[in-house]
Amino acid sequence: MTPATPSPAAPLEVTDKDSAASAKPGAPKGSESRSPGRLAWTRFKRDRTGVISAFVVIFFFAVGILAPLIAKVYGKDPYTTYGMNTPGLLNEFNFPVKPNGGISSDFWFGIEPQLGRDVFTFLLYGIRNSLLIAAVAALLTTLLGVVIGITAGYLGGKTDYLVGRVIDILLAFPQTLFFIAFWPVVMAIFVSSEENTPVWLTVTSLILVMTAFGWASIARLLRGEVLALREREFVEAAKVTGASPARIIFKELLPNLWTPILIQSTLLLPTYVTAEAGLAFVGVGLTDPTPDWGVMIQNGAKYYQDDITFMLFPGLSMVIFVVAFNLLGDSVRDALDPKTKR
Amino acid sequence: MSSTTPLLDVSGLTKHFPIKGGFPIKRTVGAVQAVDGLDFQVAEGESLGLVGESGCGKSTTGRLITRLLEPTGGRITYRGQDITHAGRKQLAPIRSEIQMIFQDPYASLNPRQTVGKIISGPMEINGINPPGGHEKRVRELLETVGLNPEHYNRFPHEFSGGQRQRIGVARALALEPKLIVADEPVSALDVSIQAQVVNLLQQVQKDLGIAFVFIAHDLAIVRHFSQRVAVMYLGKIVEIADRDDLYNNPRHPYTRALLSAVPEATVDEEPRERIRLTGDVPSPINPPSGCRFRTRCWKATEKCATEAPPLVEAAGNKPGHLTACHYPETTDTVPAPRLSKDGLTKNPEAAA
Repeated sequence: MTPATPSPAAPLEVTDKDSAASAKPGAPKGSESRSPGRLAWTRFKRDRTGVISAFVVIFFFAVGILAPLIAKVYGKDPYTTYGMNTPGLLNEFNFPVKPNGGISSDFWFGIEPQLGRDVFTFLLYGIRNSLLIAAVAALLTTLLGVVIGITAGYLGGKTDYLVGRVIDILLAFPQTLFFIAFWPVVMAIFVSSEENTPVWLTVTSLILVMTAFGWASIARLLRGEVLALREREFVEAAKVTGASPARIIFKELLPNLWTPILIQSTLLLPTYVTAEAGLAFVGVGLTDPTPDWGVMIQNGAKYYQDDITFMLFPGLSMVIFVVAFNLLGDSVRDALDPKTKR
Repeated sequence: MSSTTPLLDVSGLTKHFPIKGGFPIKRTVGAVQAVDGLDFQVAEGESLGLVGESGCGKSTTGRLITRLLEPTGGRITYRGQDITHAGRKQLAPIRSEIQMIFQDPYASLNPRQTVGKIISGPMEINGINPPGGHEKRVRELLETVGLNPEHYNRFPHEFSGGQRQRIGVARALALEPKLIVADEPVSALDVSIQAQVVNLLQQVQKDLGIAFVFIAHDLAIVRHFSQRVAVMYLGKIVEIADRDDLYNNPRHPYTRALLSAVPEATVDEEPRERIRLTGDVPSPINPPSGCRFRTRCWKATEKCATEAPPLVEAAGNKPGHLTACHYPETTDTVPAPRLSKDGLTKNPEAAA
């Protein structure tokens, strides 16, 4: 049931179809019965906004996954400084000679000023990296939030109280400020100042930090849901038959919680994409040679008074992605919960 | 009662729910005495009805027997084995023998599981592998409770209330229990469906020899279903007797009042004298001293306030007919005409 693979595209594609097939491990066997998940899938298919945004989101994930392949067919990579290597692409101020950021048949989205890197492949790899980080962070956050939230809600008592206070503290914490202030300190612990910070370390710590601060809201939501569910008679019925707490949590409660989990995680991912880009923009997280949405916007911000093209591509693509993903999240919620009317 | 050990023996069963209060440090400031010293037995294959008004502790009793709640005191013995404080592991072998049917058929079935999964769940948990597999057994059970075996793959939301309650019955039967605690199994259903479900339960009881603890507030249904009936008031059993004995010769004033409240379907007969109880049920947080019914009883004296009446065989009772009253009613006592008139003058709008 859980979206198993941590690959960037997996959570979305799996969860969408998963919700439809969730309660139906075997085929319907020709009977007319329709599971709640199947009903939701039917409703979702009727929602035009939802379907379109689903396609947009899938497109972005496909682009991210296939970035190396596309770059190979296209024949360029995001690291080579084409502008410096090939004379005639940049003028004496190191700006592209051709208009609109040097868009040409060779460089579809133009070339960067100064270094002269190819914007198109840089964007591809930027999407790839950003989505990877956001997807893994969203997945871990959901997992942690679900486990802690359900446990706290089901056990209640002292555990619940303790977890509740931890959540309160985390939610009251100024996260962005914390990142900016402590990032150099944390990095200094791991890497001496002479060396370059390895990319994997940056990525891992980004994911971990975002997860550590993100699980609280999901956990709080699920705790409330479990508090309501555990008083229901079907939980008592399971207890009377001698079911273990683990069985009650995973077989009885969890299937009833897929709706809030799915909604929360689909709304979480775009938040993480923007958060990660925001951090990169202020210089925390991924830095320049590594392609990233935030890094691109940071670079674009240097030149936008002279040429807005470099700002336009990463900015526009990110807006499209985030809007599509949020609309998708709304549609998923509407499909799963037919009672909410907008 | 037979001399052999009963299937279920409950003695002195007590459940007090603590009330927490105080600031900043919470402590127990009182207790809701939901169930206070119950004694009763259920023999094999027997059906014991448990009646009483809302809040008298019937459902709590049911949940104590099935060990969904931890008793505060007393003993629950199942076939000579003390299960009062048994843990989940210790209870495991007994779990399959005591099952429960719940009140609300809309809350007692997991909306995300198919009927097949709901009914086969108990068998999975208890590691029972019937010949021919779980699915075959579930289909048999569906047929037993009068549902179409082809409903195996359906979800609860596709069924009506009565059908859902049948699924609940099938789930309880899946483990071939010896005792079923039915907690108001029909009060959430409409009257025509009530009869069907009660008849189904009766059929099940007759065919499979299952003992029942049948909790209800509808006297007619209990009379139809149970061989013995216990009347509860404010956490105590006030009277317990064989069905006919109890209905024809109620000894406790409360039982009498309760029976007189049953509406009559006949028009020609002279209307029965109706006993109107005044006041409300006292709070179980602070129950009255002595006899708990004394605040509403028309016969209450000084003795009732100081001395709690024991549940004994009152003079003139048949064996097994126990009453907890200092001044038991007799057959020829006209049920409290004085109070009846009082009630009329006190509540003119109720009489109108």
